[in-house]
Amino acid sequence: MKTSRFSLATLFAVVGIAAAPAAALAGKSNDTLVYASDSEPENVSPYHNNLREGVIIARHVFDNLIYRDPATGKYMPQLATSWTWVDPTTLDLTIRKGVTFHNGDPLTADDVVFTLNYVVSPQAKVVTKQNVDWIKSAEKIGNDKVRIHLVGPFPAAIEYLAGPVPIYPEKYFKKAGLDGFAKAPIGSGPYKITAVTPGKGVTMEKNKSYWQGSPLGQPTIGKLVFRVVPDAETRLAELMTGGVDWIWRVPKDQATQLKSAPNITVLSAETMRVGFLQFDALGRTPAAVPFKDARVRQAVSYAIDRKAMIDNLVGGSARIMNSACFIDQFGCTDKGVPRYDYNPAKAKELLKEAGYPNGFKTEIYAYREREYAEAVIGYLRAVGIDAHLNYLKYAAMRDANRAGKAPITFYTWGSFSVADASAFTGVWFKGNADDSSHDAEVQKLLKEADTSVDTNRRLKIYQEALKLIAEKAYLFPLFSYPANYAFTSDLAFTAQPDELPRFFRAHWK
Amino acid sequence: MVSFTSQRLAVALAVALTVSIVAFLLLHLSGDLATAIAGPEATATQIAEIRHQFGLDRPLALQYLDWLWRALHFDFGNSFYYRDSVTSLLAVRMPVTMTLGAVSLTLSLVIAVPLGVLAAVYSGTIIDRLALGFCVLGQAVPAFCLGLGLIIVFAVQLRWLPVSGTASWKNYLLPSFALAWYAVPAVMRLSRNGMLEVLSSDYIRTARAKGLRPSVVILKHALRNAIIPVVALAAVQFGFMLGGSIVIEAVFNMQGLGYLAWEAIARNDFPVVQAVVLILALIYVALTFLADVANAFLDPRIRLA
Repeated sequence: MKTSRFSLATLFAVVGIAAAPAAALAGKSNDTLVYASDSEPENVSPYHNNLREGVIIARHVFDNLIYRDPATGKYMPQLATSWTWVDPTTLDLTIRKGVTFHNGDPLTADDVVFTLNYVVSPQAKVVTKQNVDWIKSAEKIGNDKVRIHLVGPFPAAIEYLAGPVPIYPEKYFKKAGLDGFAKAPIGSGPYKITAVTPGKGVTMEKNKSYWQGSPLGQPTIGKLVFRVVPDAETRLAELMTGGVDWIWRVPKDQATQLKSAPNITVLSAETMRVGFLQFDALGRTPAAVPFKDARVRQAVSYAIDRKAMIDNLVGGSARIMNSACFIDQFGCTDKGVPRYDYNPAKAKELLKEAGYPNGFKTEIYAYREREYAEAVIGYLRAVGIDAHLNYLKYAAMRDANRAGKAPITFYTWGSFSVADASAFTGVWFKGNADDSSHDAEVQKLLKEADTSVDTNRRLKIYQEALKLIAEKAYLFPLFSYPANYAFTSDLAFTAQPDELPRFFRAHWK
Repeated sequence: MVSFTSQRLAVALAVALTVSIVAFLLLHLSGDLATAIAGPEATATQIAEIRHQFGLDRPLALQYLDWLWRALHFDFGNSFYYRDSVTSLLAVRMPVTMTLGAVSLTLSLVIAVPLGVLAAVYSGTIIDRLALGFCVLGQAVPAFCLGLGLIIVFAVQLRWLPVSGTASWKNYLLPSFALAWYAVPAVMRLSRNGMLEVLSSDYIRTARAKGLRPSVVILKHALRNAIIPVVALAAVQFGFMLGGSIVIEAVFNMQGLGYLAWEAIARNDFPVVQAVVLILALIYVALTFLADVANAFLDPRIRLA
């Protein structure tokens, strides 16, 4: 008996009961807004992740050069007080004085020049390449003047500067390095990061000395906590019990239920996010070989009933998309673009023509809304295609796709909230890492559309490119995503279609 | 005793070594390591550079020895996903899983042993039947189902306990219970059988004949002997709990080892998977060894056989 007690005691001694820190409580009474989402960015540095959760953090912690008013679409000064086009490939900006980073360092033209030159350098290994690869270089041309040289004419440059191009502190970044910066990022935005805990989330605190006159306004909520809660049921339970204050991506059925819950506000809005299937048209794996044939890609497109998916699964304000972009983006249109209305008989016919009368086996990759991916698999099975689901975290799926291992990928793309079609097509069709068709004609058209300074010409060529993409069925657009937000009724929160919750604008009632 | 212990130790070491080889190969079977480290957009020259820099161009056996040497010094390299060393990730995650396992084990012993004794003492009665029924239920209900059920009842409806996370000791109660639930049947059955066997033995009859009170006979004379196999089982169950907490950690959003392993698998973060596999396996090996030795110490028949 003595011995058995001894062995148990040893076990517990080895184990050691971890002393748990006191809980950080959510809610109005603590002036702490806890928001939960399913995924966490691989790296908090905004240029080193392409996850929506990362975009949200970026907009709270960093400042952009230019601000776009989400209500009017007008561009307003943010860090740049003014800007002028010298010629279609040269942009001059005047940098605001008196802005400081969270560590007290002043934000100057040098920081802007450093950031822009750093993110286009190969050693920066940015993963959001499409957001910055229009920049050739930046130089300081005066005390507070910065000149950006473009690779070529790029009319959407202002839109990008107003979005996914935040400004970094040169001195701090050089000292900390990317690894240090990822653990303790410093920006100049309305919130400053106090802790980054892998697997758990990020805590932020109101920047009390945020510069006056910012178009973002002054933040009012004292603390922001981003919590990673991968399980949807757990997120819901946390919201109902006040463990978190704000959740989104609430499935349709849960949102309906939640509407009757007391003290919880449910908000539904369409977003710029588009769900789509990308095919490995290059046929880089044996399972992807059939997709080299346009008829097979078209067959898949005909096989899927998007309307039924919206009615039964997606709900809300989702719209069917027919072009490889979000319909309200500048340059995006579905006029004259071929449509693939649900027609399983035609799908089977096309498969037969392509030499697959009995279908084939393949792989599908997905990273979110597993139920949508499963619905797609069901539709494919109905026409004889047996697709096996690989459900991965975003970065792993992206890397598998970039390595050519994914015959079909169920992607969603929110265009980094950039209201220009180039933010969509530029990622998937311009020969970058995520392009799995490498169609020279499409690339040529897009190159011209992206760089044309003539607005009408831009619109016309985008239309041509989108038409070609749909004809070849390289990418099958499904629908725009509705966002179901659910949050405590203590919170005054408004949603924007660009899928960017602006907590710096939110306040307690 | 010494020869028995050294024998078991040799077996444990052999198993540990095998596990380390498997864990090492896991990383190398996962595809080209240099390509993975270099990232998706690296050029062939960059990949070749990394291959050389990380010593991936050396013979596999040499790489293994090098890796083993570093692993012995708790150096598992860097996570592909987080910009952090695997060791520092483990240091944060380990206490969560260990606490969860320890609390669960305590809970399961506190529930299962008395239940087993009761079932044995009242063998064949309704109490025995009820205890068995409880067992079947424990074995039949999947952990995630029980976990969600507990959340709905105790966190959402009653609001007694928090839903998820690891913020305070209260966060550990529900997941520990869900995890303990699974271990209860095995422990209970074993204590019941042990008690039944012991209760029918001669020395218990003697104790009873001496006129000792039934509670003394049961607790002091019978239980002491009946509990021996439970000690071994408890050690093994603890290993199961550490490895099996993956589902519970996911449901309760606890950033422990299991959760880390689950995420790492979904992210193709092989250095992390490798380290977790190795560590859990080693703990398991160590626990089994301890259980063997403890058993042998308690029961001479084992070490002399």
